Amino acid sequence: MDLFEYQGKQLFARYGIPVSAGGVADTVEQAVAAADAAGYPVVVKAQVQVGGRGKAGGIKLAENAGEVRTHAGNILGLDIKGHVVGRLWIEHASDIAAEYYASFTLDRAAKRHLGMLSASGGIEIETVAEEDPEAIARIHIDPVDGLDEATARAWVAAAKLDPAATEGAVDILLKLYRAYEDGDADLVEINPLILTPEGKVHALDAKVTLDDNAKFRHPEWDELEGLEKLDPRERDASEKGLQYVGLDGEVGVIANGAGLAMATCDIVHEVGGRPANFLDIGGGASAQVMANALGVINNDPSVKSIFINIFGGITKGEEVANGIVQALGEVAISSPIVIRLDGTNAEMGREILKSHESDRLVSKATMVEAARAAVEFAKGRK
Amino acid sequence: MSILVNAETKVLVQGLTGNQGRFYGLRNRAYGTKVVAGVRAGKAGTDVEGIPVFDTVNDAVAATGATVSMLIVPAAGCASAVNEAAEAGLELVVVLTEGIPMHDEARFFNRVTRDFPKTRILGPNCPGILTPGECNIGFIPAEVSKAGGPVGIVSRSGTLTYQALNELAEKGIGVTTCVGIGGDPVPGTSFIDCLELFEADDATKAVIMFGEIGGSAEEEAAAFIAANMTKPVVSYVAGVTAPPGKKMGHAGAIISGSKGTAQAKMAALEAAGVRVATNPTAAGELMAEVVAAL
Repeated sequence: MDLFEYQGKQLFARYGIPVSAGGVADTVEQAVAAADAAGYPVVVKAQVQVGGRGKAGGIKLAENAGEVRTHAGNILGLDIKGHVVGRLWIEHASDIAAEYYASFTLDRAAKRHLGMLSASGGIEIETVAEEDPEAIARIHIDPVDGLDEATARAWVAAAKLDPAATEGAVDILLKLYRAYEDGDADLVEINPLILTPEGKVHALDAKVTLDDNAKFRHPEWDELEGLEKLDPRERDASEKGLQYVGLDGEVGVIANGAGLAMATCDIVHEVGGRPANFLDIGGGASAQVMANALGVINNDPSVKSIFINIFGGITKGEEVANGIVQALGEVAISSPIVIRLDGTNAEMGREILKSHESDRLVSKATMVEAARAAVEFAKGRK
Repeated sequence: MSILVNAETKVLVQGLTGNQGRFYGLRNRAYGTKVVAGVRAGKAGTDVEGIPVFDTVNDAVAATGATVSMLIVPAAGCASAVNEAAEAGLELVVVLTEGIPMHDEARFFNRVTRDFPKTRILGPNCPGILTPGECNIGFIPAEVSKAGGPVGIVSRSGTLTYQALNELAEKGIGVTTCVGIGGDPVPGTSFIDCLELFEADDATKAVIMFGEIGGSAEEEAAAFIAANMTKPVVSYVAGVTAPPGKKMGHAGAIISGSKGTAQAKMAALEAAGVRVATNPTAAGELMAEVVAAL
């Protein structure tokens, strides 16, 4: 789960990382109140999960309540690359002497955590990585040992931050690592991490991705959800616990396992069709999950045929079949369905489906045959 | 011949008394796998259809001589279960559980690698490992496979592992061992580990490798193949049509220097001399050509 900037800053603050005084606002009046509390001048910042907010007019400096009113009114409701701004973060504006970059994430290849620190922050860090890789000081951290102060200090020295920033940076990096590990984040990133003319170091931005797998031990995450504006199809699927990505074709795809779901999209494409979506019902899906998946696909008006591709390992064929039968009984499925069912208890599944087969519900033995049939249906040739 | 598991392998199941553990433990046993013990604290002295249950992995090993664990406990309990298996000296821990927090995986992988170098982890979030006709540990529907080689299979995605077995079986091609390494952030066993084992296995004459988008494991495997593999490799990378993922922050892209796309992975594999297919069925067809030419 990706956090909004203000949520990331609230997380940072809980771990003692200095952030600017500020508050959240959903209306112009709330924005003025938050600005009065933070102290002028303030920065009015759109809360959207997309880059390039500043260029799109989503970040404005305000010297007084009148300017806050103007900017908040303009930014609320603004469409930034398809993300409509529903919330603002208002914070006290900082004087900046230097801008740095700091992050922790997992280095999958090294199977250890990677810390990156650079004196060249505040700008496109990917450009820095490409053009001047030496400007990023990297350290690998053994997850068993964690990050200690001596290592953090040597790392800050290697990154050649301004001497005045050393103590503040060491302190923040140690706290940021705790936020990363104890907070169960996949990524924590501060860009920019700033040094003020008074010699204080603090986080001016916050990018945090939480690990959804750790939700069971973070009841406090419940309140973080629900603000992101998703594709309505994706929101519907997400509420039903399905892994769904909307695409722009006409063959609705349902498969078990991300790999098979991707391969199903690939093969639909290869035989001349276009997938309308990627939908993974996951491992061990019940009949109810299968029925939910069909419901989601059925609600997508661009779908002209449905391709259900199941290779049961942990998913059982009879559960899949029962789910399809259940869905057929609950809602009118508007598109023809092609099923390919293999693996665990596939025979039982095929037996259950047999009596429901028709010219709009057909079963195919292989993935390629099923893909061809689904594409033919989508093109109206059958 | 095979890699990692064979007809002699004795398997204990951590989580045998749960629904999933019971279903797959019994199914694996019915296939012929020597499932000799279950482990569940507080359930010592009971049994599951004749498979004795012990309180600890140590007790189970002492009583049965098991060397491999199939681990299928809830995600929250996985880190301690993996550590327990490693401390008991098991050679292989097959972690089937999905949904384990990334930080837990990173910690137990590094702890086991450092303190228990003889223990190999397969997974987490993997479908398991199958040596057809001999030993099946995990979810793989073994009935779709043909025993005896000459092809080794390694795959990241669970269901694509089954698809690979199925494609080969339909063409009458046998399999030495089929390994599902899982798609989690910190896989205990990598493509490279499996390629190395297959290269050293006399019965394996060719390898089929199914990858998927994201990360750089396929690119690393390509470099390994170019430098070390004498046996032919056929590959498919799922996600050719996948849209670029929504991602936040830049750290991921900076690390690998790779875009992680299927196209980039396929290009790297082709450059390493791998025959690359655009779908699983085509990969089976390419492998049939390779086997015919052996």
